[in-house]
Amino acid sequence: MSDRELRVSKIQSGTVIDHVSAGEALHVLSLLGIDGTKGTTVSLGMNVPSERLGRKDVVKVESRELSDDEAEVLSLIAPEATINIIRDYDVVDKRRVEPPEEVSGVLVCPNRDCITNAGEPVETAFAVLDDGLRCEYCGEIVREDITDHLQD
Amino acid sequence: MRHDHLLTAKQLSRADIETVLDRAAAFDGDPGSARERHADKLLALCFFEPSTRTKMSFETAMKRLGGDVVDMGPVESSSVKKGESLADTARVVEGYGDGIVLRHPKQGSAKMASEYVDVPVLNAGDGAGHHPSQTLLDLYTIREHAGLDDISIGIMGDLKYGRTVHSLAHALTNFDARQHFVSPESLRLPRSVRYDLHESGAQVREHEDLDAVLPNLDVLYVTRIQRERFPDEEEYEAVAGEYSIDMDTLEAARDDLAVMHPLPRVDEISPAVDDTDAATYFEQAHNGVPVRMALLDLLLNDE
Ligand SMILES: [Zn+2]
Repeated sequence: MSDRELRVSKIQSGTVIDHVSAGEALHVLSLLGIDGTKGTTVSLGMNVPSERLGRKDVVKVESRELSDDEAEVLSLIAPEATINIIRDYDVVDKRRVEPPEEVSGVLVCPNRDCITNAGEPVETAFAVLDDGLRCEYCGEIVREDITDHLQD
Repeated sequence: MRHDHLLTAKQLSRADIETVLDRAAAFDGDPGSARERHADKLLALCFFEPSTRTKMSFETAMKRLGGDVVDMGPVESSSVKKGESLADTARVVEGYGDGIVLRHPKQGSAKMASEYVDVPVLNAGDGAGHHPSQTLLDLYTIREHAGLDDISIGIMGDLKYGRTVHSLAHALTNFDARQHFVSPESLRLPRSVRYDLHESGAQVREHEDLDAVLPNLDVLYVTRIQRERFPDEEEYEAVAGEYSIDMDTLEAARDDLAVMHPLPRVDEISPAVDDTDAATYFEQAHNGVPVRMALLDLLLNDE
């Protein structure tokens, strides 16, 4: 099997996330909570030549269709990504990710004095800014390393 | 004012602020006009941190409106001690009062509580976050002395942790106010506040030294630098001394400078200053009553 075949090899059903910013593929997996322990078949292409991005990453996940919520969060670390939903080797849905106005319940606020870190039943909520995220409760701004703040 | 709750100063528009201050001025001028306005109402006071002053001020305001208060009492003797969540406490207390005044050590606590209840929540301080009723009484005092437009205000001391400072800075962006922040490098405004001020296009400058800006100021707002912010006593003493006000400091100020302080003060304003025309901090504290009366009047109205 040549390199080229490996990269484009089709999956039967699941999700192909294309045009991920180069080097972000592992973050995408952690964002989706995929660490390989649950037996999901995952293939990655990293720093693959791309017409649109120069270099890009590609993530293929078997037997799992990305939800709209997951796609929204994905946009935070891979704003150029396209999501292809595959069923029976066919692309049944192809869409660009759209940054949401707010993300709920995905990230943990880095401010330890925030009410969302106080054992209350409340879900975290972050407003999406042009250049980062902002906690709707305490106002803390997250700009770098968003994936460091993912909920378990 | 079209708000269900008072959570941050950021939520307040210029028109909101003017509505509150005008009503406060009306109550101030004619206290009798308030007497029976909320005779059938109860205000619940939930203070998860000690605060004699703010609590008394809210209590006085509610009673001057003809209403009464129910007090959760100190945390040590409440169900919070047994591990009850704030979300639960808020929903229980909602059944007791027509409004809830909340002070809590965690940032965003008032916002969260407001999401669980249908009665108005008034944030009386959420950790290092916000303290909007303090801000409104600060604005009321500034308006009385210098107006709120075309003014220069110095804000000095602990700008990093001082929630009164954060709320005031946000609120002043609604007015033509030049804000000068004076603090040691280690106690600068936090990033999130600087971000907001920048976004709002506010006229803001930061200084490490009061001398350069003092002669131009209409108002100097002093806050306490707390000992626990510093690793050792010596460093604290040096910094605290540098950011304090005495008669010598005032030499360089304009005659009509108003010195304000959210109180309690420790050493940051010398008692000698109390007898000067510049001393505005006790009047500022007294203004808390009419301003909180106005806030309660606007938020508790059924209209
Ligand atoms: Zn937060």
